[in-house]
Amino acid sequence: MNFDLSALRQEFPFFSAHPEWIYLDNAATLHKPQAVFDAMNEFYRSQNSNVHRSAHGLSQQATTAFETARTTVAQFLNARFSHEIIWTSGTTAGFNQLVFGLMGPVLQSGDRVLISSMEHHANIVPWHIHALPFGVELDVVPLTADHRFDMAAFEELLQLKPKVVSISHVSNALGHIQQVADIVRLAKAAGAIVVLDGAQGIVWQRIDVQALDVDFYLFSGHKLYGPTGIGVLYGKTRYLALLRPLLGGGEMIKTVSFTQSSWNDLPYRLEAGTPNIAAAVGLGAAILWLQQQDLTAFQQHKTALVQRFYDGCKQIPLLDLLSGPTTNAGIVALNLKNEHPADLATLLDQQNIAVRAGTHCAMPLFNTMNVKGSVRFSFACYNSFDEVDRTLAALTTAVELLSE
Amino acid sequence: MIRPDIFTKTAVVLKNIYDKQLPELRQTKDWQGKYRILMTLGKELPAFDIEWHRDEFLVQGCESKAWLLHYQDPITARHFWAFDSDARIVKGLIILLLVQLNGLTAEQLAEATPELLLSELQLQQNISLSRSNGLLAVLNKIKAVI
Ligand SMILES: Cc1ncc(COP(=O)(O)O)c(C=O)c1O
Repeated sequence: MNFDLSALRQEFPFFSAHPEWIYLDNAATLHKPQAVFDAMNEFYRSQNSNVHRSAHGLSQQATTAFETARTTVAQFLNARFSHEIIWTSGTTAGFNQLVFGLMGPVLQSGDRVLISSMEHHANIVPWHIHALPFGVELDVVPLTADHRFDMAAFEELLQLKPKVVSISHVSNALGHIQQVADIVRLAKAAGAIVVLDGAQGIVWQRIDVQALDVDFYLFSGHKLYGPTGIGVLYGKTRYLALLRPLLGGGEMIKTVSFTQSSWNDLPYRLEAGTPNIAAAVGLGAAILWLQQQDLTAFQQHKTALVQRFYDGCKQIPLLDLLSGPTTNAGIVALNLKNEHPADLATLLDQQNIAVRAGTHCAMPLFNTMNVKGSVRFSFACYNSFDEVDRTLAALTTAVELLSE
Repeated sequence: MIRPDIFTKTAVVLKNIYDKQLPELRQTKDWQGKYRILMTLGKELPAFDIEWHRDEFLVQGCESKAWLLHYQDPITARHFWAFDSDARIVKGLIILLLVQLNGLTAEQLAEATPELLLSELQLQQNISLSRSNGLLAVLNKIKAVI
């Protein structure tokens, strides 16, 4: 390990508040370093005002803090312009804006959209609501036998000429990392607009949206050490400019009469209403914090945690491992043969191990794999090998109880 | 078709559990022991026809599912229940609710607080009527018949 784990953990107040828990539900939400609380606290205590609205100095201070956070995100993603960063309340909200916004200007009846079997409901249901009723058709990239993105099938499906390809960077249910560079390259060569769901990917690796040449990239602040209630829809200017706003209201307009309105410029056109200012500031602080960390060391550490846990699971009888340990961003999904994942998770919960059971907002994936659900162990940079070992011991206890 | 004998058979099992396993659960102090008992409770229930796994009977938890059947005795006006769940612990927990609620009249149901037993048994700090295990939904559905 190339970093001081106990020093790192001390930056996260949660762990001193709950030393008795082993938190392995990191794919659901991450804990946050003190720097994030400090920034949000400071904002509310001494800068609180609405943004962009008032000429007074306080509002200008708040606006500066808010727009600085936007710039921080833009630099983090290496976006060309700050206005390519659209604040949302999270990945889900971003997808709803994106899909609604594409309908008409980009997508019309008869057009096809390509997603994968691994998608989170956030990259499925908005298509159902906003696109399918208008005649758009959804195609799905299948899984390989080892539950990976099937690249060969993807290339074939691209021949159907989808207008949009929308794929998760990292599967939230399995942890498998998609080969996004290849996916973007192939999809663009086929003429598609490419969307990546970065909800799980953003915390795994540094994304350079320009080098990757992706058209849209979405993520949630709370899965990047930041607060809930804030997320990012990154888009290239020329595509963002096409999107119809999903939300209308204050701040997103230039002029309004009772019969019509004209819309503001980017990014405000897609940010109606008072934004979650403090959360944006908090996400900015989270990213600044992250930039001071050794991301490569985090990756290596998570890989080692997954490998150790995976190897340990192999020693426990009757476990079905749905995830593989390689090209994995930190998730092991498993089942105990013939038992319901909820039972396993309850017996782990009893031993203060926080994991999630169920279909993890990816019901179609579980139908594809033909399993009811899974117990998901998701690791973060702040988890330790000792926690892995204690979890394996608790898992053994739970398996024994269920197998009696 | 729902065979009415599912309710009478379930009632007998619930009564037995109330008399035998519930006192055992009260006496068992270690969590493994409690869960051992809890996880076997469902085994006594009469077979639940797979055909009854219908959406109209479904009570959805986040992690598991339950199917709840209801019958009101036309003469005594008492409410009877039969159910199934795909998870063993949830099954045991629903049984712990039903041993207290089965056969009650509407007035008795309205006043019942079956959740107190769960905390009294100290099954664990976290087991409660929650959306995730679906227990709250089950209780709401039962109380909704009133
Ligand atoms: C891959 C993926 N996409 C989308 C989402 C939705 O994120 P949020 O609930 O923050 O909107 C999640 C979160 O669970 C996710 O893991």
